[in-house]
Amino acid sequence: MKRTFTCVLCPNGCDIEAELENGQVLGVEGNLCPKGKEYVTQEVVDPRRTIATSVPIEGGEIPLVSVRVTQPIPKGRIFDVMKAINQVRLQAPVHIGQVILPNVLGLESDVIITKEVKSVQGQ
Amino acid sequence: MRTERQAVIVGGGPAGLAAAIQLYQQGVKDLLILEREHFLGGILRQCIHDGFGLTRFGETLSGPEYAHRFIQQVEDLGIEFITDCTVLDISHDRVVTAVSKAHGMIQVKAGAVILSMGCRERTRGALSIPGTRPSGVYNAGVAQSYINLQNIMVGKEVVILGSGDIGMIMARRLTLEGAHVQGVFEVQPYPSGLPRNIEQCLNDYNIPLHLSHTVVDIKGRERLEGVTVAQCDEQLKPIPGTEEYYPCDTLILSVGLIPENELSLAAGVELDPRTKGAYVDEYYQTNVEGVFAAGNVLHVHDLVDFVSLEAEALGNAAAEYLKVGTLPPCPLEVKAGQEVGHVIPQRVSGTRDFTLSLRVRHPLRDCAVVVRQNGKELLRKKMRKALPAEMIQMKLLGEKLSSTGDLEVCVE
Ligand SMILES: Cc1cc2nc3c(=O)[nH]c(=O)nc-3n(C[C@H](O)[C@H](O)[C@H](O)COP(=O)(O)OP(=O)(O)OC[C@H]3O[C@@H](n4cnc5c(N)ncnc54)[C@H](O)[C@@H]3O)c2cc1C
Ligand code: SF4
Repeated sequence: MKRTFTCVLCPNGCDIEAELENGQVLGVEGNLCPKGKEYVTQEVVDPRRTIATSVPIEGGEIPLVSVRVTQPIPKGRIFDVMKAINQVRLQAPVHIGQVILPNVLGLESDVIITKEVKSVQGQ
Repeated sequence: MRTERQAVIVGGGPAGLAAAIQLYQQGVKDLLILEREHFLGGILRQCIHDGFGLTRFGETLSGPEYAHRFIQQVEDLGIEFITDCTVLDISHDRVVTAVSKAHGMIQVKAGAVILSMGCRERTRGALSIPGTRPSGVYNAGVAQSYINLQNIMVGKEVVILGSGDIGMIMARRLTLEGAHVQGVFEVQPYPSGLPRNIEQCLNDYNIPLHLSHTVVDIKGRERLEGVTVAQCDEQLKPIPGTEEYYPCDTLILSVGLIPENELSLAAGVELDPRTKGAYVDEYYQTNVEGVFAAGNVLHVHDLVDFVSLEAEALGNAAAEYLKVGTLPPCPLEVKAGQEVGHVIPQRVSGTRDFTLSLRVRHPLRDCAVVVRQNGKELLRKKMRKALPAEMIQMKLLGEKLSSTGDLEVCVE
């Protein structure tokens, strides 16, 4: 069976034609780099994506701080992870790379801060 | 406040930051960055999704992280910057006038002026959609700023007009925040954003993309109540009888970006009607001596990595200009030929290496970008696919060029 994929791993967004049989990838065509084959192989058994969102922060110079997952998470768990992140409330200051949810929902991906937020003086 | 500087950088987004760092590293240290917002970093502050930096840093970062790497370097090097400072005018002889919260009115005479003001979004006015003017109609970038910077949710039932990358990224963002995005409607028969965003922002969330469709009417008094969408023919005209009504409280417009060039015009900079940015030579110098431009103010980029690389090349050239007092002349024109929408730079010396950037007019498959001079083929780059959404870049070597004869770029 032939199926086409759009690799999302880099901005090239290659159209990849894959030959599949019983969930096995027999061959790929159209990928500009080897990561394309890995992507298709993963996509067939367990598609994963990264997500980014933001979290309210108290006492900071801005009201929201951006966060993201460090590793792709299963597509079917995206909204569960969003729910978990939406429970979080932060206090300034925070720094880039700071982990707010280690191994979120046991998915082997951390949720980290992606923006520096200083605290507002006098608070 | 000193009133003379080697270089003044107008705009502290990725282009301005990278240009400043490069100038500094080339020995031009008497610099001043002027930024209108309260923070450095430009539009990247609100682009919280990842996918930045693969070309420049070899890893995928979010917009704020990408910007932070440059901000950190500016701070570490001690490059002077003023935020909450809007540049109001640039004169032909490079006097920059600005107004700042902390310093009031500022006037600085600059050896070189770096234009890095970025771009703004096309608005509903530019589209002339009929109907009422209720609230609930937002530009994609404005909605992005509300949701990602100000914690204001824009609505629950959403329709998106235009398949630009920011619109698609907002489709995903709104869905993650619990809104229902009914669809993305694009007047052209092909999408204007990147294929990966169609996949990871629309397909992943079952958001349909309707090509050759546009919004023909907007309904609602105070707040938006719904929009009427129609199919379009090849001339992009709505086809009567194909109208369909979508109830919604929010319409997001993602219909293109325009370089922000009011200041450039004041300085006497000539604009290319195709890019809506300055005409530049291979040194990113405009027609006004000592005034340079890079980033989205020059031509709209889809990837910030290329913005940084372009601004770094500008930094090298502007440093040379300041040290030598002049740059080699660039008498040769680079012409946009068949299927090429625009080229940057538009003028070259014919003696040195340069980077050519271009966009195709229509989606093409199995084609080649060809550069010719005096009928001779200088470069041929084969492409499996070429999309208007993707900027194409290639390097031309000075040794292959002749110092006479214009260049022509075609896609065939
Ligand atoms: C809403 C939006 C979303 C985008 N999303 C993405 C994305 O997801 N991925 C991607 O790779 N690219 C994205 N882009 C493209 C992005 O703009 C570029 O990648 C990059 O940020 C451009 O850098 P720049 O420095 O040229 O412009 P900008 O980042 O726009 O920076 C220009 C700076 O100049 C300042 N300025 C303007 N006028 C003045 C003045 N008169 N005085 C003082 N300061 C001034 C502005 O405040 C701003 O900080 C997006 C663009 C927009 C508009
Ligand atoms: S196959 Fe390689 S080059 Fe193509 S989109 Fe995927 S990662 Fe990028």
